[in-house]
Amino acid sequence: MNNLENKNTDTEGINGSQLKDSGFSNLKYLIVGIFFGIVFVKAEIISWFRIQEMFQLQSFFMYGVIGSAVVVGIISVQIIKKFNIKTIQGEKIEIQPKVFSKGQIYGGLLFGFGWAITGACPGPLFAQIGTGVTVIVVTLVSAIAGTWFYGLIKDKLPH
Amino acid sequence: MNLLEILREPCPWYVAGPLIGLTVPILLIIGNKSFGISSSLRHICAMCIPANISFFKYDWKKESWNLFFVFGIFLGGVIAAYFLANPNPVEINAKLSEQLATYGITDHSGLLPKELFSWESLFTLRGFIMIVVGGFLVGFGTRYAGGCTSGHAIMGISNLQWPSLVATICFMIGGFIMANLILPYILAL
Repeated sequence: MNNLENKNTDTEGINGSQLKDSGFSNLKYLIVGIFFGIVFVKAEIISWFRIQEMFQLQSFFMYGVIGSAVVVGIISVQIIKKFNIKTIQGEKIEIQPKVFSKGQIYGGLLFGFGWAITGACPGPLFAQIGTGVTVIVVTLVSAIAGTWFYGLIKDKLPH
Repeated sequence: MNLLEILREPCPWYVAGPLIGLTVPILLIIGNKSFGISSSLRHICAMCIPANISFFKYDWKKESWNLFFVFGIFLGGVIAAYFLANPNPVEINAKLSEQLATYGITDHSGLLPKELFSWESLFTLRGFIMIVVGGFLVGFGTRYAGGCTSGHAIMGISNLQWPSLVATICFMIGGFIMANLILPYILAL
């Protein structure tokens, strides 16, 4: 049963597994998240200043981070596909294709505006709160409200 | 330099980038999960306020791994800030520092400028736009685009999906327009 609606237009962060995760097996994602959060902070990717430098072409840093992450990601996915690598549970690895919609243009631009204002994409918001900037809880709640509003008016928007 | 001192130093891009990239195969191999973070915001909506909206009526419990993952990112932030914190201020580009000073933003002691992101700032027009309007755009825009930097720029492009490349280019265009053409007016408020 895989029932994220609009699976084809919105496959982000999807669970490709048909197995049921117990609370305990979810702990491994918590651990991966912790390492990820530490890297976010230590590389200062969650810094508003770094994001301004990126968008004003004042620093190569963020381009280096995103670029090298993509290169490692492409190589990894190609290796997984070529050697038909299975999950540790023995399942075939499934990656849903991304289907084009105009939302990627309109939504992409709007997210770009928000990224440059807040200096954060959704991941860094969680890490920023963790570092003790408690007011970012408001940004997070507002981002949740934005997502909810999208769900509300989705059918009226061009896609 | 001992190990703890090395860990306290800021992490260079050629270490951070590949570590972030490795999240893609790690999540696939440990449980067939496609990397993506903004989806967690949708699951929170589905969990707390589905309000009978079809977009939020799905089995969010099946996607709860995503919520564990973002809670981990939060804990990672706590650990990094309290045990591995860099004692020095954030080094920033001299030109940016000069620009920001003209808007009264001179505190570089944290990763975010306190003049913009603090509870006191929230109740000013400038702070409200930065914190509340900015956050709303992040949540609305990522879901409309079907993903964020992780879901499209990293996961989607890793899987050679051209729609993700389109989305990533639009993220960047939006960011360039905001940072260079609009944000100066907001910061001047």
